[in-house]
Amino acid sequence: MGPERLKKDAHEVYPKTRHPRPADVGILVPVKPVLDAPSIERTLTRIAHEILEKNPGVEKLALIGIQTRGVVLAQRLCQAIQKISGRQVPMGILDINLYRDDLTRVAEQPVIKKTEINFDLEGLTIVLVDDVLYTGRTIRSALDALIDFGRPKKIELAVLIDRGHRELPIRADFVGKNIPTHEEEFVLVRLQETDEREEVVVSQK
Amino acid sequence: MTVVGSQVSGDKKFHWTRKDLLSVEELSKEEIEHILATAESFKEVSTREVKKVPALRGKTIANLFFEASTRTRTSFELAAKRLSADILNFSSSGSSTAKGEGLRDTARNIEAMQIDTIVMRHSSSGAAEYLARTSQAGVINAGDGIHEHPTQGLLDIFTIREKKKTLQGLQVCLVGDILHSRVARSNIWGLKKLGAEVTVCGPPTLIPRKIEELGVTISYDLDKVLPKMDVLNILRIQLERQSGAFFPSIREYAAEYGISNERMKKAKKDVLIMHPGPINRGVELSGEVADGSQSVILDQVTNGVAVRMAVLFLTTLVER
Repeated sequence: MGPERLKKDAHEVYPKTRHPRPADVGILVPVKPVLDAPSIERTLTRIAHEILEKNPGVEKLALIGIQTRGVVLAQRLCQAIQKISGRQVPMGILDINLYRDDLTRVAEQPVIKKTEINFDLEGLTIVLVDDVLYTGRTIRSALDALIDFGRPKKIELAVLIDRGHRELPIRADFVGKNIPTHEEEFVLVRLQETDEREEVVVSQK
Repeated sequence: MTVVGSQVSGDKKFHWTRKDLLSVEELSKEEIEHILATAESFKEVSTREVKKVPALRGKTIANLFFEASTRTRTSFELAAKRLSADILNFSSSGSSTAKGEGLRDTARNIEAMQIDTIVMRHSSSGAAEYLARTSQAGVINAGDGIHEHPTQGLLDIFTIREKKKTLQGLQVCLVGDILHSRVARSNIWGLKKLGAEVTVCGPPTLIPRKIEELGVTISYDLDKVLPKMDVLNILRIQLERQSGAFFPSIREYAAEYGISNERMKKAKKDVLIMHPGPINRGVELSGEVADGSQSVILDQVTNGVAVRMAVLFLTTLVER
């Protein structure tokens, strides 16, 4: 990976000027565990209950996961919601890369993944799902993208981790865990489906 | 202590570095696959209510066509518009002899207008490469002489892969005027790189010498090779490019190499019928077959927009 651009996760990009971190060149760095596999499961079950509490009429509800890990989380939330309410909630997949505000400035182009929303958004309450809420720019892109698909009645946001440091006036409706972080830290969400591990850790610089 | 290296195993990365797309020949298998994968994601954009994404907002693309074209030009125009780029159409009819000095001036003018990417069609083979060498702007070859037409080759491959899932081991036959066909050359390069078996079939006068060196099988008898083919890509008889008499008559050509309903009975049931357009109905392809259930000709047109979106997106955003 070139020194000009480092990835925190799939969607959040550090400025070009930042130097490579030890983590990026494979040097051992201390990590702080935040959530383990059972607590991720409990957290998602709780979020599913909260979504249902806020949206009792499931027929007007749909979940949309943001690529990559938001999709996995949205799938799991859908399963949890079905378990609790016995109702299947439609789910969509959104890739926000084409809506990024830094597309023309990043040195390494993002890989454009599938967007798949097979239902009409008109009149629905959409719960956007992502793994980490950080600057808010990913969510800004997602909102723009969603509006191009139609006019939902309402858009809510569910995230597994809120790590602070917002750069836009955006907040989550459902939060798995708030973690105060330094801007220099990484929050790594690893899920079985994408990373063959299940944990959330904060890595120090 | 844990190693935190490249943390994202679920995200395949690919580093695209080309500002130009001049031929399929120059692309690696990985680059072709990256274009196809990107095109797959872009295909969905055209099915949205708002058929537009802001990916190339503020970028300017110029369509520079020194040769007549409606399909390719509009396909590129649509692709650029769906990516929110601004697009200019230069058509320079009648100045097809303007090469060399002329092209260099054109490139200078375009640069002076801060254009990011030029899509060019030209009657001289190698014109796109020449422009790419002399210009800061990216250059997409939309057909240069009888050399290559890379986006057509890529969209044909995209369509085959969409219908047949893989190209590995697939039997693909290019039928007709191979000699004058840049589409054929782009197809051959791409298909071979992705593992397909390619046969070229047509009258001996329209099969270029030494084409077997590209790794293709030559046949002059369509009825003999037809039964084992998975894909028939039927090329247009390019009367405008033929200076001499390459076959006795259109009728004789149609009888020997035209794909008719009768001839289709010898083909596999799931054979794909492709044609880069525009079709000479009743010459290389009968109307019934062109409109028949095995025809994917209109899928090619739809996929063409997605593939061109992918190509414009990848090349235009490369750091200059």
